[in-house]
Amino acid sequence: MNKQAQVIVVTSGKGGVGKTTSSAALSTGLALRKHKTVVIDFDVGLRNLDLIMGCERRVVYDFINVINKEATLNQTLIKDKRVEDLFILPASQTRDKDALTKEGVCTIIDELKERFDYIVCDSPAGIESGALMAMYYADHAVIVTNPEVSSVRDSDRILGILASRSRRAELGLDPIKEHLLLTRYSPERVKRGEMLSVKDVEDILSIPLLGVIPESKAVLRASNEGTPVILDERSDAGKAYKDAVARFLGEQIPHRFMQSKNILERLFGAEA
Amino acid sequence: MSLLDFFRPSPSKRNASVAKERLQIIVAHQRGNNRVDYLPLLQRELLEVISKYVKVDKNQVKVALERDGDCSVLELNITLPEAVLKEAEAAQG
Ligand SMILES: Nc1ncnc2c1ncn2[C@@H]1O[C@H](COP(=O)(O)OP(=O)(O)OP(=O)(O)O)[C@@H](O)[C@H]1O
Ligand SMILES: [Mg+2]
Repeated sequence: MNKQAQVIVVTSGKGGVGKTTSSAALSTGLALRKHKTVVIDFDVGLRNLDLIMGCERRVVYDFINVINKEATLNQTLIKDKRVEDLFILPASQTRDKDALTKEGVCTIIDELKERFDYIVCDSPAGIESGALMAMYYADHAVIVTNPEVSSVRDSDRILGILASRSRRAELGLDPIKEHLLLTRYSPERVKRGEMLSVKDVEDILSIPLLGVIPESKAVLRASNEGTPVILDERSDAGKAYKDAVARFLGEQIPHRFMQSKNILERLFGAEA
Repeated sequence: MSLLDFFRPSPSKRNASVAKERLQIIVAHQRGNNRVDYLPLLQRELLEVISKYVKVDKNQVKVALERDGDCSVLELNITLPEAVLKEAEAAQG
């Protein structure tokens, strides 16, 4: 199976736009499609991915312990209980970001590449060392963006940094493949002209669109339960993430959830 | 509501487009600062396209980017060899 393991960073610059939600959904989606997948929390000091994945009570060791050789990867990786082929590598809650070194991260990524098809890196917000580490070894970057000015500007900043400070940029290899994931989208508000549209954001960032995730109550519900929203198959957000995963794997799927719902859909459709 | 209001975009309609215009300016600026590294590649690809039609050598295609306040000008300078010019004149009669 393991043709050539791919490293995917989920990043944004701006905080709170849905990176962790998306990392959890995309990694779960890849594993549902039978790809061996590990999702790494790079948000050292502020770990959250374990909560969203619902494995917080099973965390014993963390990423930094592995870097410092205080634990092995096998002891540290948490196997998901719902989905075969899915593992979580939690962040440290107590150390700070400087505990992540390029060499340390490199050793672990290389080791993970032996065992997994996809390595999904949930980046912290900002453009400091934690975010730089999360993107450094990436082959793909999922740029999580909200249809809102500061988020779009930060996404553009991140694209500039990916193009200049990643390993691929430094070594002059093929550039990182960029994917736009527009989240918290409200077609109704776009229709009223209150919110930037998909096309507006595409025009500005000019990178290929991986998916549009609608603003959805299901996301909060899923995080309350510690279940990645992609497993909520009735929700629009869950379906939209599933489509995004399929597109990532090369399938041509039309975009949904970009139009405001008509009255029938609102009355009889599944809850957002 | 007057008839004129009907044709005028609503205030909120303008709102998202204001955001878009502002972003386009910001982004052009940001890229000016750290994304001009595409120029060498642009130069190479232009050369490839041009040399499909005419014989030019590498040094006869110049690409320059000038920034002036909010506005950037991309200048292309292609010197065509004499022979090509004559051919073109002949074709035009
Ligand atoms: N599609 C959505 N619909 C509704 N709420 C959402 C959606 N996506 C994310 N959220 C909410 O937005 C908040 C931030 O999400 P998340 O933690 O995934 O962002 P983040 O980018 O990882 O944040 P940070 O920068 O702090 O790491 C959460 O409360 C989450 O429930
Ligand atoms: Mg996060």
